[in-house]
Amino acid sequence: MASSDVARQPDKEARPLSLAGHVGFDSLPDQLVNKSICQGFCFNILCIGETGIGKSTLMDTLFNTNFENFESSHFEPQVKLRAQTYDLQETNVRLRLTVVNTVGFGDQMNKQDSYQPVVDYIDKQFESYLQEELKIKRSLHNYHDSRVHACLYFISPSGHSLKSLDLVTMKKLDSKVNIIPVIAKADAISKSELHKFKIKIMSELVSNGVQIYQFPQDDETVAKVNTTMNGILPFAVVGSTEEVLVGNKMVKARQYPWGVVQVENEQHCDFVKLREMLICVNMEDLREQTHSRHYELYRRCKLEEMGFKDTGPECKPVSLQQTYEAKRQEFLLELQRREDEMRQIFVQRVKEKEAELKEAERELQSRFEQLKRRHAEEKATLEEKKRLFEEDQSSFNKRKAATQLLQAQNMTANGKKDKDRKNSGFM
Amino acid sequence: MQTGELPPVSAAPRLPPRGRRLIKEKKMSQAEKMKQGQFTNPETPGYVGFANLPNQVHRKSVKKGFEFTLMVVGESGLGKSTLINSLFLTDLYPERVIPGAAEKIERTVQIEASTVEIEERGVKLRLTVVDTPGYGDAINSQDCFSTIISYIDDQFERYLHDESGLNRRHIVDNRVHCCFYFISPLGHGLKPLDVQFMKAIHNKVNVVPVIAKADTLTLRERERLKRRILDEIDEHGIKIYHLPDAESDEDEDFKEQTRILKASIPFGVVGSNQQIEAKGKKVRGRLYPWGVVEVENPEHNDFLKLRTMLITHMQDLQEVTQDLHYENFRSDRLKRGGRLSSHGYVLPLSPAKAPEPEEMDKDMILQEKEAELRRMQEMIAKMQAQMQKTGDE
Repeated sequence: MASSDVARQPDKEARPLSLAGHVGFDSLPDQLVNKSICQGFCFNILCIGETGIGKSTLMDTLFNTNFENFESSHFEPQVKLRAQTYDLQETNVRLRLTVVNTVGFGDQMNKQDSYQPVVDYIDKQFESYLQEELKIKRSLHNYHDSRVHACLYFISPSGHSLKSLDLVTMKKLDSKVNIIPVIAKADAISKSELHKFKIKIMSELVSNGVQIYQFPQDDETVAKVNTTMNGILPFAVVGSTEEVLVGNKMVKARQYPWGVVQVENEQHCDFVKLREMLICVNMEDLREQTHSRHYELYRRCKLEEMGFKDTGPECKPVSLQQTYEAKRQEFLLELQRREDEMRQIFVQRVKEKEAELKEAERELQSRFEQLKRRHAEEKATLEEKKRLFEEDQSSFNKRKAATQLLQAQNMTANGKKDKDRKNSGFM
Repeated sequence: MQTGELPPVSAAPRLPPRGRRLIKEKKMSQAEKMKQGQFTNPETPGYVGFANLPNQVHRKSVKKGFEFTLMVVGESGLGKSTLINSLFLTDLYPERVIPGAAEKIERTVQIEASTVEIEERGVKLRLTVVDTPGYGDAINSQDCFSTIISYIDDQFERYLHDESGLNRRHIVDNRVHCCFYFISPLGHGLKPLDVQFMKAIHNKVNVVPVIAKADTLTLRERERLKRRILDEIDEHGIKIYHLPDAESDEDEDFKEQTRILKASIPFGVVGSNQQIEAKGKKVRGRLYPWGVVEVENPEHNDFLKLRTMLITHMQDLQEVTQDLHYENFRSDRLKRGGRLSSHGYVLPLSPAKAPEPEEMDKDMILQEKEAELRRMQEMIAKMQAQMQKTGDE
């Protein structure tokens, strides 16, 4: 994968040898090619742009097919991504193409977090690849690589400059993916305006430190073309799936009352250049860059986050396994320690609770004793009172009996006198 | 001088339809009076001469001059300034600085009003174009419109103050008569920002939606977009400015023109600052490798329709602003209370609840006073009666 790094280093222990005849290992690249044709290729494109700016149409035009697309509404509450995978074939080369489109990008009122779903998606693909790589039993050659290889950023043809959303999003993505900016619906800009617009965009990108994808210039066969193309960035494209009769053949074009914009006419737009650069010449380089630059960066950040380092405490190289083992030990020790701690705390708590309960019991007991004593005291006083009362009662009864006797005697003596008085009263 | 593409001005100027109606009524009442035999038949010598009224109106209005305020709102890069320059065939923005993307991130909306006096065949027009740079630029457009709405309200407020003042000789009418809202042709229809903004101002100003940079769309796409926009406007209940129907006594041409105009809303326009040589003559247009888009060609875009609408209905736009939007504002404003300070700006209004207890107090005070008056009257009556009684006795 990172073969290009290894290949060109002059190996000091190997001395160059000249051959006396034809050996035949010059067919090695062909073998490689045959193998990869058998395997099939895989390419993932991410299209970012406002709703209605022509992402799906451009994909249809680029790959000359009709991917099933449906119009999205402007009223999505949040930015989403929609990924669709297709299997294409041209002559004997098979391509598994995944097209990821943003839905609702640039429609919300508050676009501060619009870039987040895109960044999350890209990171997710990197993460799943990393997981696969770190597995014990892995099957990398069968793995369907879903990492985003190229990102086409669609710029609105305002003719002035980039939008604030464009700048913010591209800055967040330039270290994660190969960004290729394109000017969408370029048939809205006249030639003179286009030149100024392109210069303005590139200067804005440079002054804000956004790193877009540069076509590689180290391979002599394509260096010249690539250098020219680097100067034409961003490509001003027009997409169309409809065909119009021009001259005596049907071409992909857009029909206006004032003329016909031909998609594949280099005087009209840069579509052909985009197709050549993206697909014909640099597709493999895009994949390589994604793997060797963007993915490696992601991997490094992720592993550093997890605490792995390439060099140990004494600046000696430490292998991943050792670090991993050490981490595992640490982790288990930590677990043990925590468990012991918790057990101790538990025992302590139980003791405390027990002491409390005992204390409570004692208190209750003493109170019970107290109450009992008081009860006994009161009972004694009551008995005393009862006795006194009974004495009183008996003496009263005696007096009562004595008085009654006296009264009875008096009554018999005064009986007649009373009767007379009573009778006179009535008359 | 460009050959005027405006509809030719006839010898007698075209009056707004309402003026015509007025004359008709007078004729009718004349016919009635004729029956009574009190007035002479106007065709016999000795006619009255008020048929000259239109000319007098024309003369006075030319002397007074016209005022019109047009507001343009839309995202950056949609061609608003170019369109204004094309509409009025002048250059309203000689030194323009367009900020880059980094400055736009936090940009707030500003209001820039530029006033020009243009004259054509003796008729003076004082045109104010209110531009809103920064609309939709910031990455968070939540409060894009508060500046714009407070500007519109301010103009209404100022007019209200002038109108209620003691010296009403020189009322300057800076109220916004019409607002062109530019819709991007790149989308499928209206965006949430468009919907929210139009809903916020449709009760304050006449909104005319315009599809900008219409040369991005083929004719079929344009029709589809127009229908889509009209559907969405209905769906969200946005009240845009409707052209008044032609009166039944207008001539056929005018009726046809109005019908065509009404069918083309929203207008898809293209503007241009440059003159291009095409088919042997110089036209305003845009030069592409595949052809030339002529701004004033009705087959290419609706620019002429927009201009016709603006010019023929300028008076109507002003009337609707005066009769509908201004009156709404005024009644709301006076209902809410608050006082107009001497500088013409609203003193901070007490919160909505406070005026009610004040009013209630006032009512109560009034009632109390009335009750007191009645009591006093009764007392007076009683005293009078007493006096009479003592008098009798």
